[in-house]
Amino acid sequence: MQITINGRNIEAAEGSTILQTARREGIEIPTLCYLEGVNDIGSCRLCVVELSGSEELVPACNTKVKEGMVILTHSERVKAARRMVLNLLLSEHYGDCFSCEKNGDCELQKYCIEYGVETTEFTGARKEKNFKKKDAHPFLSYDPDRCIECQRCVKTCSHVTGRGAIWLGKTGMFSIIDAPFGEDWKNTLCESCGNCAQACPTGALTVKRRKAYRAWEVEKVRTTCPHCATGCQMDLVVKNGKIVDAVGADGPSNHGLLCVKGRSGSFDFVDSPERIRYPLIKNKATGEFERATWEEALSLTASKFTEIKNQYGGEALAGFACSRSANEDIYMLQKMVRTVFGSNNTDNCARV
Amino acid sequence: MTNTIYDITHESDAILMVGTNPECAHPVIGMQIRQAVARGAKLIVVDPRDIDLAKQADIHLKLRPGTNVAFANGMMHIFIEEGLTDEKFISERTENYEAMKEAVREYTPEKVGEICGIDPDKLREAARLYASADRAPVMYCLGVTEHHTGTEGVMSLSNMALMVGKIGRPGCGVNPIRGQNNVQGACDMGASPNQFPGYQNISKEGIVEKFEKAWGVALNHKEGTKATDCFPKMINKEIRGLFIFGEDPVRTDPNTHHVIKALESLDFFVVDELFMTETAKLADVILPGISYAEKEGTFTNTERRVQRIRKAVAIAGEAKPDTWIFTEIMNRMGYPQPHLTPAEIMDEIALVTPSYGGISHGRLDSEEVGGRGLQWPCPAADHPGTPIMHVGKFARGIGYFRPAQYVPSTELPDEEYPLTMMTGRILYHYNACAMTDKTAGINEIAGESFIELNTLDAKSLGIEDGEKIAVSSRRGSIQTTAHVSEKTRAGECWMPFHYIEGGANWLTNDALDGISSTPEYKVCAVKVEKL
Ligand code: SF4
Ligand code: SF4
Ligand code: SF4
Ligand code: SF4
Repeated sequence: MQITINGRNIEAAEGSTILQTARREGIEIPTLCYLEGVNDIGSCRLCVVELSGSEELVPACNTKVKEGMVILTHSERVKAARRMVLNLLLSEHYGDCFSCEKNGDCELQKYCIEYGVETTEFTGARKEKNFKKKDAHPFLSYDPDRCIECQRCVKTCSHVTGRGAIWLGKTGMFSIIDAPFGEDWKNTLCESCGNCAQACPTGALTVKRRKAYRAWEVEKVRTTCPHCATGCQMDLVVKNGKIVDAVGADGPSNHGLLCVKGRSGSFDFVDSPERIRYPLIKNKATGEFERATWEEALSLTASKFTEIKNQYGGEALAGFACSRSANEDIYMLQKMVRTVFGSNNTDNCARV
Repeated sequence: MTNTIYDITHESDAILMVGTNPECAHPVIGMQIRQAVARGAKLIVVDPRDIDLAKQADIHLKLRPGTNVAFANGMMHIFIEEGLTDEKFISERTENYEAMKEAVREYTPEKVGEICGIDPDKLREAARLYASADRAPVMYCLGVTEHHTGTEGVMSLSNMALMVGKIGRPGCGVNPIRGQNNVQGACDMGASPNQFPGYQNISKEGIVEKFEKAWGVALNHKEGTKATDCFPKMINKEIRGLFIFGEDPVRTDPNTHHVIKALESLDFFVVDELFMTETAKLADVILPGISYAEKEGTFTNTERRVQRIRKAVAIAGEAKPDTWIFTEIMNRMGYPQPHLTPAEIMDEIALVTPSYGGISHGRLDSEEVGGRGLQWPCPAADHPGTPIMHVGKFARGIGYFRPAQYVPSTELPDEEYPLTMMTGRILYHYNACAMTDKTAGINEIAGESFIELNTLDAKSLGIEDGEKIAVSSRRGSIQTTAHVSEKTRAGECWMPFHYIEGGANWLTNDALDGISSTPEYKVCAVKVEKL
């Protein structure tokens, strides 16, 4: 069907929304509560657009296109409405961007800057309620003062993670997210996967270690999770040569999701003080390992294996590969066993 | 897996899970199964424990551990009896059906119900639900393979899928959910005693010659010894020198005492490791390698999907790329192996491994692939890869029914050791924990070993939930904490194997599967006592 957006004639697909159609055409409409395929409750109203023949502005995220629609996405009226939305959100938002984990990576902050909303003209009432932070969980925390009640976390946990561990609660006239990160976190359904935090557009629900870095200080390296065979794609977040975080990337088997092992257990070990950093040779007399040079360790290895091979044949030697390591490593390991050990005594831990 | 994670979770009408607990072992697959149930797919869980997904299942068959073959044979008996078989598929695409029919004739639901300890009518319901769904995958994991009859268990599940024509289509297939990140790749790469890279059998004419030519060196033509069979050979001195790259058999192999004895019998023992593991402590030389975050390379996931890992950091010290270490040893032992980059090594892999023939780092990083990896078989640089196997035709041409008979586990409970113990994984740790236990938060959540006991058993022994207790088998004894619940059946208990203190493998049985030499981790007999 044909519709018109900002004066452009556009072919739109039956059943799609104004937002989907605009984004496909490269026309940016701001959203906060919207999460594709997961959340289209249309509650934040930041995505409103002007529709010819309609008195009211309509939310682009959940309004379906109709033949002949004429839409303005950035008219003065629309922009004023968006400023008002941000203004009202800020009136109940008590955060200080300077000390916030999400500074530089926050969608609320981004749109406030884009629409020139620096301070709010309204006084909210939430602050007086003094809602408590929930941050006893080892990895995750929730700060109600920064929450805009968009429910992206709630919908992610119930529809995507499929766990239903985080809810929209009510306290008097206020909604507040019932996050499972308080003192009783051990007795909740939460699996600590952090997919809710990855979905949060603000600094309300965060992975705690974000405190250690700001968006502009880091580089991201796309890789594959080293734990299980699901093969989730993720980005290692690197600051000054150290890995400080891991975030889910949109891979074919994980679609942006990670579990607790991928998100929180995949990098602390890399530069752990327990890493072995030098070759070690055991002193037979004391039974203790002593630091050696690569030359010493490799020539001892080669000469001892050669000795055994010469005396007892290659079948007296074996080499096992780890099924946690890279294909390239494993290929070379079996090549080593076959070419220089002289046997086919090579295997991996597939059976364990 | 014959299929992809996406199609079996997003395009299936029913899912049959056997001996797999993806919510813990493969959590992101578990999440997608929960999405499937939410969108209305039916779920059948076949597992001796009340795993969490069992609560959402339409049918949960809580069978006795070690009875998978009987279960599958019972399913097939019902398919035949109730006319649920796919006769067209069977006649066009399979052979040996008559023998299969004969083999399952005796497995009536009543008899299977008795062997497995389940309600025959529930088995009937499960058979009908699976067979009549248009699209239904079988998913299985170590709960099927970690038995001395594991190979028969796997064959039986394939037989089952063949009989109802659920192979070679989206949302179907027989799908082993492989354990470690690159266990698929390790097998693909030929780290196995009877196969070169790409499952090219040593015993097959011309294969050894092919590699002799490619590598320019004479090779041993005799099949090697499987890792699990190597340990007894170390004790009797047939194997005297061992190189272990990154494995920790002391922690992960069954019957820990026996493994330690074997490694201590070696004349010379070298490990390439990141950490001072229990196994590394026994070595003569430790060569420090590097982790996935410090190198370029690829992992192959359970869907046969080859994906990249990339170097993010370098750490202080003298640790070296593992391929550098192997190359150095090759040269020092007389084989002239040039130092290659991981991308160059992948080019060599592609040259000698038909199923990887079209895979290169350059292509994996290209816009064409778009970060989605390549699924083997991918025989040529212009081949898009193979998301679903056996479409229209089986890899071997025709699907073969391989009948299997139920044989009880090797170690059944008796008066002295009255409980059947199973082992498994929990959500928060990975295998020997060498990586996950470096994260303080993870240890805070799940830092301690435990055993799940049935309420009745606990009551008769006077054991409370949370009490420290002793668990022993014929092979060893440990102390751990009791978690008392209805999760396991009376007479059965369950333990995670991740921990060294109070670790399950001090107790487990090293009886091996007759064909694949997989240890029988899942079942051993134990006794539980108050301290
Ligand atoms: S949540 Fe966003 S807007 Fe609020 S303080 Fe943090 S960065 Fe600033
Ligand atoms: S961490 Fe995961 S399970 Fe817990 S609330 Fe968030 S999404 Fe749900
Ligand atoms: S915590 Fe974040 S995602 Fe959840 S409702 Fe608040 S702002 Fe939205
Ligand atoms: S993030 Fe979790 S599910 Fe994904 S590969 Fe890693 S361990 Fe497996």
